[in-house]
Amino acid sequence: MPLVHDFEYFKPKSAAEAVKLLARHKNSSVLAGGTDIINEMKVGMSKPSALIDIKGLAALKKLEFKNGKLYIGALVTFSDIIESKQVKKRLPILFEIAEKVGSVGIRNRATLVGNICSAVPCMDSGPFLAAYDAAIVAQGVRGKRRIKAADWFKGVRKTSIKKAELVTGVEIPLPKKKHAGCYAKLGRYSGEDLAQASVLVIASIDKTFRVAFGSVAATPIRAYKIEKLLNGTRPDDDAIALAKSLIPEIIAPITDIRATKEYRMHMSQVMFERAARAALSRLDGNGPEYGESVI
Amino acid sequence: MKEQISFKLNGRPVQIEVEPFEVLLEVLRNRLGVKSPKFGCGQGDCGTCTVILDGRTVRSCLVLAIEVDGHEIVTLEGVMAKGEITPLQKSFLERNSFQCGFCAPGMVLSATELLAKNPKPSAQEIKKALSGNLCRCTGYSSIIDAVTDHTAGGK
Repeated sequence: MPLVHDFEYFKPKSAAEAVKLLARHKNSSVLAGGTDIINEMKVGMSKPSALIDIKGLAALKKLEFKNGKLYIGALVTFSDIIESKQVKKRLPILFEIAEKVGSVGIRNRATLVGNICSAVPCMDSGPFLAAYDAAIVAQGVRGKRRIKAADWFKGVRKTSIKKAELVTGVEIPLPKKKHAGCYAKLGRYSGEDLAQASVLVIASIDKTFRVAFGSVAATPIRAYKIEKLLNGTRPDDDAIALAKSLIPEIIAPITDIRATKEYRMHMSQVMFERAARAALSRLDGNGPEYGESVI
Repeated sequence: MKEQISFKLNGRPVQIEVEPFEVLLEVLRNRLGVKSPKFGCGQGDCGTCTVILDGRTVRSCLVLAIEVDGHEIVTLEGVMAKGEITPLQKSFLERNSFQCGFCAPGMVLSATELLAKNPKPSAQEIKKALSGNLCRCTGYSSIIDAVTDHTAGGK
């Protein structure tokens, strides 16, 4: 499938230059890994007049734990995340999520920031950013601003990015207390398939919980109702059953080519239960290894 | 607007003028005569267009040729040393892993990348590493067996 429309190609050497190019070319798109944008251009969904390739901006390759936060630059690929010893040690749930994205050949190119800029509802990074109250760092002509994950996702493929802004990275505040998580992703097969539904559960030693769903609404959904129910407790079978019964009020799956809304709803409940149990057992130090699938 | 790019292809320097919209896979096949990467789905799902870019497998159908300026590409043609197939390829041959052969270049390159990072992968790791390469003959067992044979010291 060839690309059928012409465009200009720029490879700036600094973020400031990239932002200027974005401002100058009204209908331009940012190119990082290209696994989404090239596809969108092939099918005619995107028709940028210019592509601004940011792969020359070495500063955006930063993946760093600092001052209680994890910073992930816009050029950090899912393979970089998987191969990071620091991530595996300090935030293994992110390793588990990154390993479930696409396939090796995609993960070698695709970036987490690209994933949340494309903002396709089935993205794997969405529930993670929502659950960890991440901030998206965007640079414009007039400087930087931080956008909360909760304000970032606006709809199907819609974010709150403004014209001529470049997302340079995301900041994830790390919970101070010991915590564990589990990410469950439902797909038709293991390589390269998009999520039909996904659930992320984080359980902390201080008995607080974070729960987020993906692929079951236009944007990632943070399940505050479930969190409120579980917080302060060590959930028993009854509490998990009660939490499951709340899910239909929280998510809004649709029927599409990959699954029906009924199947997505049912499986979200099944996956929530398994992810919650796995997160709790990981917190206790006896759960399945990170990366092992619970479905 | 055409731009001159230079990159290393299977160890040799290449200079070529490309339009920004030219996809790497098309340039390799149609302009440089490198035919091992195949056009399958054209959207990154099937893995048969796999090439190695700076040591990592990528989907050449999702890379613009202009992006590889200054980089290094290895295709299946470049994996063989002095025209000889590698021990890994011999293992595939002994297991008769490929029927139609359309997925073979991608499978061999993905397995090559895996073994470069992890010389003794488990069966699960082999499956995970190859899960993005689809075999339209569905002959997965003999493909996985070939990689397993090879890591076990080969036959």
